Amino acid sequence: MTDQEGGDTAMSQPMTTTTRMKSILKSGHLRALKTLGKGLMACFFSITISTVAMAETGGIDSLRTIDLSTEAPAEAMKKVLESDTTFHRDFIEQPPLIPHDIRGYTVNKDVNTCLQCHSWKNASKWGATRISVTHFYDRDGKQRADVAPNRYFCLQCHVPQADTAPLQKNNFEPVDSLK
Amino acid sequence: MMSKDFFLKRYWKMLTTPAGKISMGVILAFGFVAGIIFWGGFNTGMEKTNTEEFCISCHEMEDNVFEEYKATIHYNNRSGVRAVCSDCHVPKEWTPKLVRKIQASKELWGKMTGKIDTHEKFVAHRREMAEREWARMKANDSQECRNCHNFDYMDFSEQSARAMESHTKAFLGTDKMLPTGETCIDCHKGIAHELPNMHGIEGW
Repeated sequence: MTDQEGGDTAMSQPMTTTTRMKSILKSGHLRALKTLGKGLMACFFSITISTVAMAETGGIDSLRTIDLSTEAPAEAMKKVLESDTTFHRDFIEQPPLIPHDIRGYTVNKDVNTCLQCHSWKNASKWGATRISVTHFYDRDGKQRADVAPNRYFCLQCHVPQADTAPLQKNNFEPVDSLK
Repeated sequence: MMSKDFFLKRYWKMLTTPAGKISMGVILAFGFVAGIIFWGGFNTGMEKTNTEEFCISCHEMEDNVFEEYKATIHYNNRSGVRAVCSDCHVPKEWTPKLVRKIQASKELWGKMTGKIDTHEKFVAHRREMAEREWARMKANDSQECRNCHNFDYMDFSEQSARAMESHTKAFLGTDKMLPTGETCIDCHKGIAHELPNMHGIEGW
């Protein structure tokens, strides 16, 4: 689905450029275009060289605000947000967020600390959210007796939240049904 | 006349007959000083085996359990208060401490035979070692936890709702039920070390 969409955009891009080129050539501005091309190339190279020499971001908008060759000062550690209730979800298939600290939790082949409370067996005892039934289906859609191996590592999808400002402005809006 | 006797008999006689020339005061003073030295020395020696340096002088402890413990709250936390090995694994009272020390001397045999001298061997034996420690703590009502985490001074209102409820049920009971008599270790397993395979353990 996504691949197809990506392919479409990639295809439509050169088409329009070619059409534009043709119209320019037809209108007899070839010489002017060549000069412009040379100028652009020169500009491009000089920018590249200066960028390499000065090791700057080259005008690219980057989250890194400090020179690559120097070590940035460490940010202060952020406090993990804790709540007795669940966090709001912004899109339909968003994995629920973890509303508590998970310091010292272990998830390995021997033990899964998350499931100590969130498994079907223990969830009601601790008043915890029960893992959804989807966790019992393996990648072939076959139902397993316990959590499927590909759904066992909780932190691949579920993450705790810290109280921080976003690094980049985000215009994402949830659909109406989730607002 | 004395030289005729066997030397052990000679010493036995010396020990069983009253002193002829030394005064009672000297004997008492000597006994008092010797008592202090031996008793003090014994306890100092026993305390020495309670230090972290002593525990991690064996690589079995230093490379496995000590490394795991370093990431936990009992080693590293906001206020800098620590619980070292013996705070959790050795009773504070003298008699239980002595009993525990004698039991622990069995570990010397394990050390000599190399029962857990690699990480793989250690992991293979983790469950049985953990179960032994859980059983010990269950038997003494998690006394080593309670040496610091004294229930009488535990403010439940400062705890999360879930912790408050569990602690109330376990220790105080409610209007409708008596305390369940669960002890710390029933829920708080693996707080300072990695857990073994928990398959079949109650509550997991």
